[in-house]
Amino acid sequence: MKNNNVIHIEGLTKMFGDFAAVNAITFEVEKGEIFGFLGANGAGKTTAMKMLIGISKPTSGDAKVAGFDVFTNAEDIKKNIGYMSQKFALYDDLTVKENITFFGGIYGLSRQRIKEKSAVLIEELRLEDVANKLVGSLPLGWKQKLSFSVSLLHDPKIVFLDEPTGGVDPITRRQFWEMIYKAANQGTTVFVTTHYMDEAEYCDRVSIMVNGKIEALDTPKKLKEQFKVDNMNDVFLKLARG
Amino acid sequence: MSISVSHISKSYKKVKALQDISFEVKPNEIFGLIGPDGAGKTTLFRVLTTLLFPDEGVAKVMDYDVVNDYKKIRNCVGYMPGKFSLYQDLTVEENLTFFATIFGTTIEENYDLIKDIYVQIAPFKDRRAGKLSGGMKQKLALCCALIHKPQVLFLDEPTTGVDPVSRKEFWEMLKRLQQKDITILVSTPYMDEAALCDRIALIQDGKILEIDTPEAIVKHYPKQIYNVRANNMYKLINSLKDYEYNHSVYPFGEFVHYTDSRTNFNPKDLIRYLETKNLSNIHIDKTVATIEDTFMELAK
Amino acid sequence: MKRFIGFIKKEFYHIFRDRRSLFILFGMPIAQIMLFGFAITNEINNVDIAIFDHSNDASTKEIIIKISASKYFSIKQMITCEADIASVFQKGHVKAVLNFEKDFSKNLIKSNKATIQIITDATDPNTANTISNYVNAILQKYQKDLNKDITVANQIVPQTRMVYNPELKSVYMFVPGVMTIILMLVSAMMTSISITREKELGTMEILLVSPLKPIQVIVGKVFPYIFLSIINAVVIVLLSIFIFKMPVQGSLFLLGLESVLFIITSLALGILISTISATQQTAMMISLMGLMLPVILLSGFIFPISSMPQPLQVICNIIPAKWFIIIIKGIMLKGVGLQYVWKETLILVGMTIFFIGLSVKKYKIRLE
Repeated sequence: MKNNNVIHIEGLTKMFGDFAAVNAITFEVEKGEIFGFLGANGAGKTTAMKMLIGISKPTSGDAKVAGFDVFTNAEDIKKNIGYMSQKFALYDDLTVKENITFFGGIYGLSRQRIKEKSAVLIEELRLEDVANKLVGSLPLGWKQKLSFSVSLLHDPKIVFLDEPTGGVDPITRRQFWEMIYKAANQGTTVFVTTHYMDEAEYCDRVSIMVNGKIEALDTPKKLKEQFKVDNMNDVFLKLARG
Repeated sequence: MSISVSHISKSYKKVKALQDISFEVKPNEIFGLIGPDGAGKTTLFRVLTTLLFPDEGVAKVMDYDVVNDYKKIRNCVGYMPGKFSLYQDLTVEENLTFFATIFGTTIEENYDLIKDIYVQIAPFKDRRAGKLSGGMKQKLALCCALIHKPQVLFLDEPTTGVDPVSRKEFWEMLKRLQQKDITILVSTPYMDEAALCDRIALIQDGKILEIDTPEAIVKHYPKQIYNVRANNMYKLINSLKDYEYNHSVYPFGEFVHYTDSRTNFNPKDLIRYLETKNLSNIHIDKTVATIEDTFMELAK
Repeated sequence: MKRFIGFIKKEFYHIFRDRRSLFILFGMPIAQIMLFGFAITNEINNVDIAIFDHSNDASTKEIIIKISASKYFSIKQMITCEADIASVFQKGHVKAVLNFEKDFSKNLIKSNKATIQIITDATDPNTANTISNYVNAILQKYQKDLNKDITVANQIVPQTRMVYNPELKSVYMFVPGVMTIILMLVSAMMTSISITREKELGTMEILLVSPLKPIQVIVGKVFPYIFLSIINAVVIVLLSIFIFKMPVQGSLFLLGLESVLFIITSLALGILISTISATQQTAMMISLMGLMLPVILLSGFIFPISSMPQPLQVICNIIPAKWFIIIIKGIMLKGVGLQYVWKETLILVGMTIFFIGLSVKKYKIRLE
């Protein structure tokens, strides 16, 4: 294990009765890497991610996230990661500022620090005019960018993004990816689950899960060469259809 | 015309959901509405399925007016709303039987039409719809929308939240339905699905940006696009954005799609510029525009 | 017709697959009737009291024996000093203290006048009142026995007779009330929830786009609940007859008809609620706050309407439950026929037509 690995997983398994939802997966993710975690519906992506963010206990195997063991130090993991999901992101009935203050607060940032951070964040996202408006009134793309920034408030080592950009217009989507590149460039590891293959092309490396196992793991370029196709969608189709 | 829409507008309180929309869908065509969430796709579907009144304009489905002849339209269209809208506590078969009954038909009567799709979900026919996987739910919803042999099928984001394998199968099914004389209006936020339609309308903020065949839309792209690659993506994007001659800079998977504002652009100039920014492994190749490039250019 | 039957079949699938609602549907009437019948009652039985007897003579002993012999009281404690009175109340051991004055017997004979103080815990005013009444009754009886040889001129002897509920059983009063609540709740809340559920799920969109007529959707949705509510009404009546031995004086047939009428009123209200609420949660809140509370507070079920302030009495008139309670009390307890409740029945019919009309008008064949 190299020292700059922030996720280190070996033989991680989750059983539901006789059914192995996640079947002995093994991989490592480096600091500052953008890691795509793909799979069909029901392939075990969500289950695997729940174990990594410390809210579900693995049945067996080893997993260290941000340097902490998922079996024994789940609480420390939670302090060192950020999480954003399309389903739940921000409170629609709180304003932009209130959301930032609230999430800063639950991660234990001091009031002074929240103030500084939220000023920077609002300026970067050009949200000055809507800082006191309810989040529910913002366009979807803005919400998702804001939500991503909020998940980075406490400078986590890793940020987990669960299908972050579904349904967003192409321009906003690119602005979103630029934000991801920026975070990665500053040393934050980005772990993205998605089943949209064009999103996979942006990642440094991707893994593809099929029936609880990781069937492929490499850079998008090498995967395309390996399967002799010209886009990730076809890589996925070849793998999932067998 | 199977569907004709002319100058339709619709507003909710403050939001203009649809602004002066006009287009026509020919019989037996797969027509795609391509646009992000909030573009007005669902509102348009609801106007056409007689669920909402337009504020202005006229819309006709199978030559029936959506306002006055709504009862006739409701008999000849199939509709699959964006959200999974079946009874989760009913089994696959019960759902299908129910929808057949309320349309005054039976599964047997139109089995021919849904056979291809139904055989895929038949092994689960006694399972509750709520326990199906995303792809299966979507197939069941399609069966339910088809059970009364509609002449026009409205599919609002049928592939959202569904994995690539199921998405591919779904589009194959649509192609087969087309051969059975069904006109299909389908919406999607995914640009890659646009190429599978006969004609598409790009839509954003309630306005149609362009209507044409996918091939023609791509050809309309005004500039030469270059794929640019380098050792550091983030620095590359920032450097390109700082470049005084850039026309557009969009990350596109492992590349950045770059267009230049000059007519006599020489990629070598750009390479030299990028090298001064401490980038290495720089590659610049010509590439062809995609629907997504066109969309971004039009929406800019 | 086939469409309609198909629709109803589907509704029954929903109802029978949702175990929790089914349990509420049939468990609630039974639980409520039992609760009101056994636990919540206005009668007093074996109330603990304490005695502070300053005189300890023949008369006081006799009275104490009479009190302890009654089934209403049990003497928990004999107090010997003034300070204990406050403390027994504070500890909550007893509900009342009887304080006999000094030389009770002597005063009674000498000056024909002896005093006994009845101190009651009025944190529960109803009970306090009842206790004091019961004690008074016992004392009066004692006095009468004492004076039976002496004739006092011009005496008025009131003879009270309670009719329709001679034993003053509170369950007789509660059964009509509980029946009203249950029918209201099952019909109005369950239908409004089941209609808004279709809105929330998005299935309403598909139903609207189908050739089903709005009236078919509405009737299809409420029909199963008419059926279930009737079963509930029967269960309640059976329970009250067989468990609480409550006689039904009037015609069971009329009772059934009136119940069906009230069920339809409630269903119409349920539909109305569903047209104004977008989610199941709102539908439930409106049903509970907007229907349950008025039924409990303003229908005369628990608090008599005649003792309410005038404006409230007026408001009570627009509560369908008030009229239904009058009707079924009449039928069950007084044994009256339609000739005595036709006015109330007509009011209910009028309300029903109004609600149905309003909800059909409000029910949208489109989305907004």
